[in-house]
Order: sequence, then C-alpha cells, then structure tokens
Amino acid sequence: MRPVERPAYRDRVSLIATEALTMRYGGRVTALDELTVQVEPGVVGLVGANGAGKSTLIKILLGLLPPTSGTVRVLDLDPFRDGEQVRARVGYMPEHDCLPPDLIAAELVTHLARISGLPRTAARERASETLRHVGLYEERYRQVGGYSTGMRQRVKLAQALVHDPDLLLLDEPTNGLDPAGREAMLELIHRIGTEFGISIVVCSHLLGEVERICDGLVAIDAGKLLRADRISSMTGATGVLVVEVDEGVDELAEALAGLSPRRDGAALLVPVAGDDTYDQVLRAVAERDLPLHRLDQRHHRVAELFGAETGER
Amino acid sequence: MPEPAAGVIHDIGYQRYQGPRLGRGYAVRSLFTHSLRTAYGLGRSPKAKIFPWLVVGIVGTVAVVAIAVRAATGQVAVSYLALPDAVFPLLILFGAIIGPELFSRDLHSGVLPLYFSRPLRRSDYVLAKLAGLLSALWLLLAAPQFAMFLGAVFAVNGWSEVWDELGDFAQGLANAAIHAAVVGALALLISSLLRRRAVAAPLVVAAFLVTLPVVGLLQALGSEAVQQIAGLFSPGTLVLGVRAWLFGEPELPDYGGFEPLYGAVALGLVAACVGLALLRYRRVSA
Repeated sequence: MRPVERPAYRDRVSLIATEALTMRYGGRVTALDELTVQVEPGVVGLVGANGAGKSTLIKILLGLLPPTSGTVRVLDLDPFRDGEQVRARVGYMPEHDCLPPDLIAAELVTHLARISGLPRTAARERASETLRHVGLYEERYRQVGGYSTGMRQRVKLAQALVHDPDLLLLDEPTNGLDPAGREAMLELIHRIGTEFGISIVVCSHLLGEVERICDGLVAIDAGKLLRADRISSMTGATGVLVVEVDEGVDELAEALAGLSPRRDGAALLVPVAGDDTYDQVLRAVAERDLPLHRLDQRHHRVAELFGAETGER
Repeated sequence: MPEPAAGVIHDIGYQRYQGPRLGRGYAVRSLFTHSLRTAYGLGRSPKAKIFPWLVVGIVGTVAVVAIAVRAATGQVAVSYLALPDAVFPLLILFGAIIGPELFSRDLHSGVLPLYFSRPLRRSDYVLAKLAGLLSALWLLLAAPQFAMFLGAVFAVNGWSEVWDELGDFAQGLANAAIHAAVVGALALLISSLLRRRAVAAPLVVAAFLVTLPVVGLLQALGSEAVQQIAGLFSPGTLVLGVRAWLFGEPELPDYGGFEPLYGAVALGLVAACVGLALLRYRRVSA
C-alpha cells in the first residue's frame, strides 16, 4: 500500500466526538440515548441492527437534525451551528435510492459538485475524475435510469466524493448489491480510506462486512453505545461457534463452562477464545457421545457479539 | 475501452482538491441556473425539450402576428399588457409541467438528501428553485414582449414615441412578472405536496380551471358589488384585477374601486403558497 498524505486535522483532534448525545423524536421515541463516543480518523464501521440509531446519528453529524441534548463535534465544528462549514467538508452517501433517473451521471455529479461550492470547470473535471475512480468512465454519459444497482451505488459514492471531503459518511453502501458487487464496493471504500486518505464512517448492519475494511468499530444498539474500539484490539474475540445437539444441551453446557457458553434456544453459543476452541467443543461432544446436529461459525451478529462482551464487563 | 487502458488511468491516482470552495450563495445561484435550464429542457434529453419549446413557439407566433399586424396596419392588435392574459392558458400549462418537473421529481427520486447534505439550506433549495420556476415563466412572456418592442421601435416615428413605447414595454414586463408569480407560486405549492408529476400537473391546471365556474356563478347571480369582487376567486381573473389596479386600462371590466383588494389578495396568495411550501420542506425528510 502506498504511503498516505494525511490531512492536517488527523494530527489534531477526533474526527467525531459526541458526549451524552441524546435524540428523542416527539418526546417518546428515543433514537439515541446518552451516546458518548470518539471516532479517530481512518475507516470506521458504525454497526448496529436496523433501527439502532445509525441513520439518526448521521443526520445529526450532518447538522440536519438538532440533538435533544448532549454535544457533538464533527471535524472540530458544531454541525448544527456551523452546518454549512461541516457539510462543505463532509460527503454523504444515503442509504436509499436518491438519483433522478433521467439525468446523465456526469451532469448530476457535476451539478452536485457545484452545489458543494466547486467552480464550474473544477466541478466538471472532478466529476469525471471521481466517476473514473469509482469505476464508471465510459458509462458516465449515460442516463442514470439505465444503470444497474451496482452502478447506481457507485454514482451515489461519486457524488459524496466529488468535492474531496475530509470525511465520508456512507449509509449501508452495499445495500441491494449481489456478493460480487458487495466485494467490489468494500474494496473501493477500503481504497478511498487508505489510498485517497479520506476518513470514512461506514454504517452497516452487517458486522462481518465492515470489520474487514475498517480500522475501528463503533457498535450501537437501541441508541446506546455497545462498544467502540480499534479492530486490532477486538481480534480473537470476534467469533462465535454455534453448537446444536439433539439432546444433552445442559450436559454439554456444563462441560464447556470454561468457555462461558450462552444458551440460544436449542443451541449453544460458544465464543471462540482461540484455535483450540473447536477441538474443545468437539472433544466434549465426542466424550459424551451426544448427537451433534450442527457446529459452525456464526456470521457475526452485532447484538450478539457486542451484547456478550458488554455483559461480561 | 479495453482493460489495460483503464489500468493506466488508474495509476494517475487520487488528487486532492486544492482549489477554492465557494459558499452558500454560489450554491444557490448554481441551483437557480440549473432549475431555469431544466425548465426549458436544456442539458436534458430531446424528449424533455419538446413541450417547453412547443409552448415557446406558440407564444412566439402570437408575438410575431402582433408585430406583423402592427407593421402592416399601425394598429396594436395585442398590447404588452394584454399579452400575458392572451396566452394565459399556455402559461398555466407551462407552469403545470415545469412546476412538477422541478419539485415533484426531486421528491419522487429522493434526491433531496443529496442537496440537504451540502452547504445549501432547505429554504435555499426552495427559493432557488422557485426563482428558476418564476424566471422560466416570466421569460416565456418577456421574450415575446421584447420581440414586440423591437418590432415597434422600427414601426414608430421619433425618439419620443420610442420612449413611450419603452414605458409600455416596462409595464408589460411588470404585468408578466405578476402573472408568473401567481402561476409559479401555485405550481410550487401543489407540486411540493405531490411526488408524482402525473398527478401534480393536472392539479395545477385544475387550480385555475375549477375555480373559474365560481367566478362565473358569482358574476351571473350576485349583486353589483359581488360581481366586482367575483374575480378574486380564480387566479386567472385575479391577475386581471391586479392589472386593472396597477395599469388602469379603460377596456378592462369595472372593479368599482375594489382593485387594491385584488392586489392584496394576489400578494397574499403568493406569500401563502411560498410560506406553506417552505413549511412543507422543513418537514420533508432528508
């Protein structure tokens, strides 16, 4: 990987800092609950189940919603008071479809670059440039309506990137993509974060997806912070084995007590502590001659993984 | 393009943008220009150009005929002030197409988050687009008026007559602006509430047409005073009243001193439409 020229703020402060950030809609629905978190520059995954408060947090970071209470700083600015300055330096890729189908991709991105404050010529140049970076070049003079979902996601990414922001907020960027498309999108995001030197917050409800491209993770659930950490300090604790036996679940749970398993219906969830966790489980099953029904590594589900960890603390 | 070429391009790498970042005012101006161009189908598919330029063609023909008649006979067939009312149905139709084009389409495609996540404010978005809409409507009238003025300059004798002509032309432009404001404000409000252009467009036309029988009924059945204020109840007759108030032409219907009321109602209507649209956009989700 090439060395990265890092923007000045990287040495200064947190990219995003919130303190006791609370957001209530209509006084009843609590979307964010006393959220205190610091996000350092780099590629950060914001993970949580649907409805955990990710999109609300993004809107507050963009200054589109005033928080009910608490403070928030983005690029060392107050996004609600200095919204224009923040939004000039931040790129946002919304979750949902947001492209007018009858516009030509290059024209749309150029237009949005101008709305971000780029002079006419610069806007046109950067629009072409950015569309090329996201992998649309020859196609850029076609109407967006004729694009595949994957191409549309790339245009959405291009419009967020076109004004060379210091921070990209990507809301579920792999939404609606097939496996190959997801792979390509994640690869692209990773490249933007490392080669382009732009800090990124990627929202996703799929931990397994973002953990591969992120330096750090922030997990929220029901508007509360579950955990925020560097990925490196989380490795080794990110796997869960699902063990299902047709009978003798309690017996097995007892036998594996040292691995602190959890019951999930008929299954046992065993945190992977190391390379030998597999063997330990298999040995325990074999010794007791239990009818093993299923043994596999579960796709990480945020609530589970982080829930277990916060439970232990 | 073959793969290797794309690889070569890739190697140029990402360049950070070091140039100037112009502020909110520039963003508003850009959106205004974009809206005005969109209204006339510029920078869009050939299909999007058909309707606006058809309307321009028809209004232009009216102006050309007026110029020709004046050059041939010396008679003013259509005055500057009369032109907006003469082509008012076309103006309504134009507003009914481009209003939804500018506002409903953005709601439908969900593009608003892309605007609101930029330095622009929500009210900036509404006002810039409205300015584009009003300018498009006004130009539809002002351009033919300008052509008529040029035609007249060559037809009249002496500078004093040109000066008079200029005065009439200016009045015509002002009258065009009033018509554009009323049509544009109604088109704005209706299309800001509806996501589908196909629904919004007929409703804009309906706002003008459905109210006409009310005026007719009041004029047929009411007392003299009621007849004089009947025009308030439809936008098309409302602007005629404003025209009578501001420019006082003898051939217009008798409003019996209620003319200022027409001005006030027109102003109130425009202000209410814009105000409600601004409220609407404060609530629309980004």
